[in-house]
Amino acid sequence: MTTILEPEVREDEVATVAGQPGADRARPDHLDLLESHAIFVMREVAAECERPVLLFSGGKDSAVLLRLAEKAFRPGRFPFPIMHVDTGHNFPEVIDYRDRRAAELGEELLVASVQDSIDRGRVADPGPEGTRNRLQSVTLLDAIAEHGFDACIGGARRDEDKARAKERILSFRDAFGQWDPRNQRPELWHLYQGRVRTGEHLRAFPLSDWTELDVWQYIEREAIELPSIYYSHRRPVVERGGMLLALSDWVTAGPGETVEEAVVRFRTVGDATCTGAVRSGASTIAEVIAEVASSRVSERGATRADDRFSETSMEDRKREGYF
Amino acid sequence: MSSLDGAGVGTGSELLRFAAVGSVDDGKSTLIGRLLHDTKQLFDDQLEAVATASRRRGVEGVDLAFVTDGLRAEREQGITIDVAYRYAATPRRKFVIADCPGHVQYTRNMATGASTADLAVVVVDATAGLREQTRRHCCIAALLGVRHLIVAANKMDLTGWDEAAFRTVEADMMALSRRLEVESVVTVPVSALHGDNVVEPSAAAPWYRGPTILAALEEAPAGAWAQEGGAGARLPVQWVVRQPGGGRSYAGMVTGGALRPGDEVVILPGGSQSRITEVSTYDGPLEEAIASQSVTVTLADDVDVSRGDLIAPVEGAPEPVAELEATVCWFAEHPLEAGQRYRVKHTTRVTPARVLSVESRLDVGTLELGPAARLGDNDIGVVRLAVATPLAVDPYRTNRVTGSFVLIDEATNATVAAGMVGAPVLAAAPAG
Repeated sequence: MTTILEPEVREDEVATVAGQPGADRARPDHLDLLESHAIFVMREVAAECERPVLLFSGGKDSAVLLRLAEKAFRPGRFPFPIMHVDTGHNFPEVIDYRDRRAAELGEELLVASVQDSIDRGRVADPGPEGTRNRLQSVTLLDAIAEHGFDACIGGARRDEDKARAKERILSFRDAFGQWDPRNQRPELWHLYQGRVRTGEHLRAFPLSDWTELDVWQYIEREAIELPSIYYSHRRPVVERGGMLLALSDWVTAGPGETVEEAVVRFRTVGDATCTGAVRSGASTIAEVIAEVASSRVSERGATRADDRFSETSMEDRKREGYF
Repeated sequence: MSSLDGAGVGTGSELLRFAAVGSVDDGKSTLIGRLLHDTKQLFDDQLEAVATASRRRGVEGVDLAFVTDGLRAEREQGITIDVAYRYAATPRRKFVIADCPGHVQYTRNMATGASTADLAVVVVDATAGLREQTRRHCCIAALLGVRHLIVAANKMDLTGWDEAAFRTVEADMMALSRRLEVESVVTVPVSALHGDNVVEPSAAAPWYRGPTILAALEEAPAGAWAQEGGAGARLPVQWVVRQPGGGRSYAGMVTGGALRPGDEVVILPGGSQSRITEVSTYDGPLEEAIASQSVTVTLADDVDVSRGDLIAPVEGAPEPVAELEATVCWFAEHPLEAGQRYRVKHTTRVTPARVLSVESRLDVGTLELGPAARLGDNDIGVVRLAVATPLAVDPYRTNRVTGSFVLIDEATNATVAAGMVGAPVLAAAPAG
């Protein structure tokens, strides 16, 4: 049973806790706390780093990041540009959304293109239907070097993957862009220290402690607009490797594969060649929340072919400099 | 006990942050894996991946430790290297779980996980009892301000559910807790491997009538970390916002109490005074800003305020100091000694610091402070520091934000120490 240690030993401390001011005041709920902490992290990164950048994919997590940046820095401008690492294999709805949001915010949008990396011979072209997901690391690291960025603010969450579950909120990258999961800096309290030497950089993850459900609840609370593909719609898909891939310029039905008109939505948004759709009739935020809350399959498990290569796909990609 | 998949859908849930601590191989990761599994927090694909990883390593059945031990090296060695954060929800609460490494080499990572925890789940192998590393972890957790412990007396199946083995763990943990500033201790006999008393009550220990681990987690005080009494409100300035029409306001996260328009405040360490005219967020003005809220404040006067300064009500404001005494956990291979220079990060200010002296070192076995000239890797001790810019500090016991700092190596930028203002509070050992 619970043992409360004897009051005669602990009288002063017990009195402090019981009598503290504001004990009866309405406490902030978990979304308030997550929001407040994320704003705090963004301001620390902006203040401690010389040249940060916010990574924006057009997905739901980076949409939340933009709202948090507004909350952290308005009425001022964002103290960083926004950058999209573009694989060239995009859903058109997402690119429209990206450009519209950047224009609405009046902030600088940079696009780092995987196609450019291929054209310059930095990476090999995986072919018209090959995945460009892993190639993004090279494009991202080249852009970091070109612009001299010393911190990248990203929307990755610890609940997404077992390697991400291990990562610090401010995560150090060496001069080669590598993450060393066996030798991370201690990160005590909310004392985020962002000092790096030239050539090294940080990844900052303000949404570290948010779950997929938290993100959707926040999108509902803040009425954040998302690309339409996050909601139920009808589109031609082909089933491949247990995933539903949307037909596009880069995904066509192979021999023996049948095209199906399916009612789907996207749970994550990434490279179109490796991001699967899920069958869903959820067409409103509330319906998506109900669906996410009762799902038996994880977000990445349901939708990301790139995580299925091996047991430690994400760890291996992150070591190379991936998001 | 209560468990439900997809629970916690409603907003407005309470959030409890806890850290699983204890010695290596006592079963922390297995316990957290079991807790997540039995509360149905694991997705089917995650469970399948854990089963596959277990088979590949010749483990019989499913090794639930692989739920949190996600790194390649961790699975190879069967140990936890760094903290894994996991998330769980029951109808009553949301949980942020930090599964900490037990190995002494990774004590810095355990401290990372425990530094933001409201509560610690201390896992003890009931066949072996408390180890030095169990004591070290409890000691660090208590110094960091964790006031509530749930003790999992684990591997009870290997004792044949021997009540005497459980009572020994319970008594030893009570004795240890009385020496530390711990307010409540719940000890539960469990088998993380088989799931007894983790989520479901077990018939294996009819002599035990207390809660399961989950029930104890649901009943423990949530949000304890942010609830610091005594010192009063403080706002470390993070960011200066220039208003479009001219004028400035100051952004930061409030700690220690509430700030309201009309409050007479002092800006530290400079000492100039002003009055708060507005407290607001992006969503509009507030009647008051409470601890853990990120806000912006505007002052009545055009005083000099920049990042690193502290805004506090004139009444009860801390006194800036150029020298301070602190309890530190040392995390570097080279020893901490008098004369060394570091950078200190305290709230939002970074300033050079010099070690004036090492006052004492804590023996985690006896919980006594003894004289020492230096602190080695993973040692806890008391030091005196001189800082280049005076710091507006509070004792750690009255405010965890203004009472804490880290030391940064000037050459490598590594974080080499966690510091807490003031000497550790340790009750004397009972006589005899």
